[in-house]
Amino acid sequence: MKGSRAEEKIMSGCAISGILNRKGNRFSGEEIIDSIALMHDRSNGLGGGFAAYGIYPEFKEQYAIHMFYDDLDAKEEVDYFLNRHFNIVVAEKIPTREVDKVSNPPIIWRYFATPNEQKLAESGLADDEYVAQSVMNINANYRGAFVVSSGKNMGVFKGVGYPEDIGEFYKLEEYEAYLWTAHGRFPTNTPGWWGGAHPFTLLDWSIVHNGEISSYGANKRYLEMFGYKCTMQTDTEAITYLFDLMLRKHKLSLESAVKAVAAPLWSQIERMEPKEKKIVTTIRTIYGNALLNGPFSIILGHKDGFLALNDRIKLRPLVVAEDKERTYVASEESAIREICPEPEKVWTPRGGEPVIGLLEGRRGV
Amino acid sequence: MAVIDAQGVYYRELNQRIKELLARGEREITLNNINGQRYIGDGLTEQAKLIINGTPGNDLAAFGNGAELVINGNGQDGIANTMNGGQIIIHGSVGDTLGYSMRGGEVYVKGDVGYRVGIHMKGYQDKQPLIIIGGTAGDFFGEYMAGGRMILLGLDRAEAQDIVGNYVGAGMHGGVIYIRGQVEDYQVGQEVKISGLDEDDRKELKGYLSGYCQEFDYDLEEVLNAEFCKLAPCSARPYGNLYAY
Repeated sequence: MKGSRAEEKIMSGCAISGILNRKGNRFSGEEIIDSIALMHDRSNGLGGGFAAYGIYPEFKEQYAIHMFYDDLDAKEEVDYFLNRHFNIVVAEKIPTREVDKVSNPPIIWRYFATPNEQKLAESGLADDEYVAQSVMNINANYRGAFVVSSGKNMGVFKGVGYPEDIGEFYKLEEYEAYLWTAHGRFPTNTPGWWGGAHPFTLLDWSIVHNGEISSYGANKRYLEMFGYKCTMQTDTEAITYLFDLMLRKHKLSLESAVKAVAAPLWSQIERMEPKEKKIVTTIRTIYGNALLNGPFSIILGHKDGFLALNDRIKLRPLVVAEDKERTYVASEESAIREICPEPEKVWTPRGGEPVIGLLEGRRGV
Repeated sequence: MAVIDAQGVYYRELNQRIKELLARGEREITLNNINGQRYIGDGLTEQAKLIINGTPGNDLAAFGNGAELVINGNGQDGIANTMNGGQIIIHGSVGDTLGYSMRGGEVYVKGDVGYRVGIHMKGYQDKQPLIIIGGTAGDFFGEYMAGGRMILLGLDRAEAQDIVGNYVGAGMHGGVIYIRGQVEDYQVGQEVKISGLDEDDRKELKGYLSGYCQEFDYDLEEVLNAEFCKLAPCSARPYGNLYAY
């Protein structure tokens, strides 16, 4: 297990940050690195990562599959799988640079690919489901191989290290995205390893998370009924799959999905108007196993924007700000002001109150 | 008076410089371009003044015991943790857990505060901590409060904005909370009694608010001229029998 024990006690929690340009204008990774770096002391060097949306316009029709391989044998096996199931347009090493503080990276590869037409037709699946099942298959059945991200025109860059060092390692200043999210990790319950860094993803969805999910066991078993396999040794992965299940497969609105994962307390439901009460009670009944118990603040990234959310009793920090073109979210206000000193509006959402940032003209996800 | 430009200065170096200046007898230090540096003014026992321009980081003024801090900006989480004395004046809003376990001194906030403000606040004889908030507060305001005073004014808030969240004073067994407005029964913990103000309460409130109104340039009479409610514990030992077999 990489990552040695710290010599002195480090007081910290995780850090999250996100920047959306609502007009869809793209900007380099420098600002998100500056923002997350300001919260350096919230993480301990055992995980950092970024999700970037809009970075591959020249391959926007293909799925961008980012991979970690422990060794060349693992790569060879997955290459064989991918070649049989996908038409690969480009397969290449993800460019990195030497950074002192980042050591022992895995083999980091990306593929731009579409499902093989014949295999897809045989499977009878929609494109997204075909890709999602392929991701589950690789993560569960291919030793030493991990899918880092699998959406279109987006990608995740993560590893063991402080986030600012990971950003430098991946040369994020060379990418341009309209939405960036970032995470600095302070692992509590599970080891710090390359695949265990945030964001966790499936298709277009990515999650960065500060907190811990004490309902993980219930959530995991529920997800398994729908074919999801939790293989990353961390609770955050389950959040990603819950949103994929509710938003993509069950076509719930974002607002409804929020009411499932951060359901209003029964005492609050008691006081609701009859119509709202019925809706919320129904969601709690059907999606009881999607309830996320425990402290969290998360940013869910997707191609149309983001959702930022706290647990119902707000046991983790979250600040939001806006200026003319952008919406910012972060664990600390100073992390926003570092890159936007005078926002037009700054506020802190209440526990369970979603903050939905969308590209102009998009009404939902 | 000393001035430190804190632009890009790491918190350890910054706090070291503050302590060195104070040790040399400096009594007023202005910190410019503060952004996110943690632990500013922690454990200070000097009768000194820090003027902070920017957004100070978490755990500001923890264990403070005498110093005066003025923050021209918003604060973050964990301000005045276990503060024992001194004064903090914040010309903006702050995050969660302000005044956690506070046991002396005063905190004035002009804007809003987050969740869990004044939890575990305590008082003993003449050590009665005070927090006054001009705006609104989130859930768990004064949870497990054991002493001191908290005053929540809810000035200049949007009509739809509640002055305070739920679980106010849950587990409260000492101290008093004054709220400028009404609080529903469901918003408070079961250990809390809501009442109106009597003459003594009004006098006490006026005393506490005069300094606050002066500081932020509010008309004291105007602030006082409203319906307040008083939250006090039903019992000094609500859990006295909980573990008695």
